[in-house]
Amino acid sequence: MTLSRLAFFRAGGSALPGYRLSLTLTLAWTGFFIILPLSTLLVYPWQGGPAAMLSALHDSRMLAALWTSFSCAGIAAACNIPFGFLLAWALARGHLPGHRLADALIDLPLALPTAVSGITLATLYGPQGWLGAVLAEFGISVSYNKAGIVLALMFVGLPFVVRAVEPVLRNLPQELEEAAHLLGARPWQVFIRVIAAPVLPALITGFGLAFARGIGEYGSVIFIAGNQPFKSEIAPLLIVVRLQEFDYPGATAIALVLLCVSLLSLALIGGVRRRFALWSEPA
Amino acid sequence: MSIEVCNLVRLAPGTQQRLLDDVSLKVPDGAFVALVGPSGAGKTTLLRAIAGLDGCNSGSVLLDDRPMTSVKDRAGRMGFVFQNYALFPHMTVARNIAFGLDVLPRGERPARSAIAKRVEELLELMQLQGMGGKHPAKLSGGQRQRVALARALATGPRVLLLDEPFGALDPIVRRSIRTWLRELHDTLGLTTILVTHDQEEALEIADRIVVMQSGRIMQDASPQDLDEQPATEFVMEFLGEAVSFSGEVRHGRMIADDALVLPFAVPEGVTDGPITAMIRPYEMTIKKPGSAQDVLSLYAAPRGTRNGYRHYTLQLGERIIPFYRPVEAADAQVQGVALDISRARLFRQGLLCG
Repeated sequence: MTLSRLAFFRAGGSALPGYRLSLTLTLAWTGFFIILPLSTLLVYPWQGGPAAMLSALHDSRMLAALWTSFSCAGIAAACNIPFGFLLAWALARGHLPGHRLADALIDLPLALPTAVSGITLATLYGPQGWLGAVLAEFGISVSYNKAGIVLALMFVGLPFVVRAVEPVLRNLPQELEEAAHLLGARPWQVFIRVIAAPVLPALITGFGLAFARGIGEYGSVIFIAGNQPFKSEIAPLLIVVRLQEFDYPGATAIALVLLCVSLLSLALIGGVRRRFALWSEPA
Repeated sequence: MSIEVCNLVRLAPGTQQRLLDDVSLKVPDGAFVALVGPSGAGKTTLLRAIAGLDGCNSGSVLLDDRPMTSVKDRAGRMGFVFQNYALFPHMTVARNIAFGLDVLPRGERPARSAIAKRVEELLELMQLQGMGGKHPAKLSGGQRQRVALARALATGPRVLLLDEPFGALDPIVRRSIRTWLRELHDTLGLTTILVTHDQEEALEIADRIVVMQSGRIMQDASPQDLDEQPATEFVMEFLGEAVSFSGEVRHGRMIADDALVLPFAVPEGVTDGPITAMIRPYEMTIKKPGSAQDVLSLYAAPRGTRNGYRHYTLQLGERIIPFYRPVEAADAQVQGVALDISRARLFRQGLLCG
């Protein structure tokens, strides 16, 4: 470990020409584009003094918005795990007619401008929409409340789970299942012990990515969410609201909390993932 | 446990191509059988059919005279070792080995301590002491191979099916694990079927060798019979280097087309007509000149020594053929007047005759 670290800083024997130059450029580039904005975000809110910052952080509307964002992102990412797993399974194993088309369609939420998906979902699930009207008959409303937010976040988060799981499933040798069958495992045991267990780290990665995307999602949510303060207002929207009120410290305070919690949860998810992927580390 | 395969036919999915073409095979209890043949001969297909992993279009597999219809019938009674070992990557070695016991229904499952004890026994049997806590990714090829074997044996099956188990091992490990496997087979009283494309390996380890070609069994015999009486030219060729001479049988004597090959008497029952003689390079001899007038027309050029034989190449008309002599009998210069191939096997239309 220390040796490889040393080799990183020394140019010794690297195949890359101009090692030092490339390293400097890369570091400057990442510093400029990632570290600088992040540190600005960390420093800026405190300019009004700690007291102002603390009062900004005590805003109950902000806390409600943060709770909405994180809980909805968490629920949506969790819901995406079974669906994403099944889709990945179908793509990796099933050779149904049209699986190429399905393969291409799964990435659509990534490519679609978020506002477009937001408007689509809102028209579909709105009280007068095709599906919304039917659901309203049964007394179920999925627009202008948290259910709508979760729905939108599931839509944008699904490709992350599918794309994280699919290659792992594809690389799982078919013989593992056959071996398990021959050793007497029943189908559900084969599924849980031999298929789901090795895929678990990838599922956690997919969850983490979908969750992170869900926290930051704005365009696709605001049309369907209704955006009522304390009820269905998400944190990114509240930032925009604060900016429109010229309340810059308030906006940056939300951003700061978003940043910290996001980093924390990503680190946590990474830790859990590593815990379950110990076996894949080479000797 | 005896295994019987009756008239097994398997077609390649969606085609009429026969992967297994009416294969029948009887393996008595306690036998060690090797399935050999070139790639695509259907060896692995046959093994998988015996294990029930692939369906078959017709025919049946009997285990101790009872027909096996699904994988479930065989579960725990047949150990199968895959070519790529198929170890569960996320489980430790101990959990891998215990898998067959862990998945038993609650009523039949041994106690946790009993499973742990069985795993320890198997680890010891496989010479893998202290490896139980490691993951397969951290093991060497030979160790993985033995873990796969231990896993297959954990439920105490009487039948062991091995699909090219030595394929990925280096030659030294291969040789030692081969003898070790044979010992294991004898100690545990197993019935073993081994698939390999290495005929030498098969000759060394198995009691019986089944030679397959394009989905059919060409010959099923002991290593000795296979060597003495190969059923077809293909079997002769496949089991080791062979030189063939075309010629004709006239009045009970085989006269080769090559003028330098001595005519020899053929066994009774071989009728007159064209024939192919095939012989191993170490079975040929060179006739020394009888007198000074004889013309020395055969010269063997030395090509090194292997397995106690000195290798030569021999110019015979247009052809260059291999020629071996035991080291102790070999001269530096091998030359003579004619080639004696009287120990050759005779084939007509590809089939052994005489």
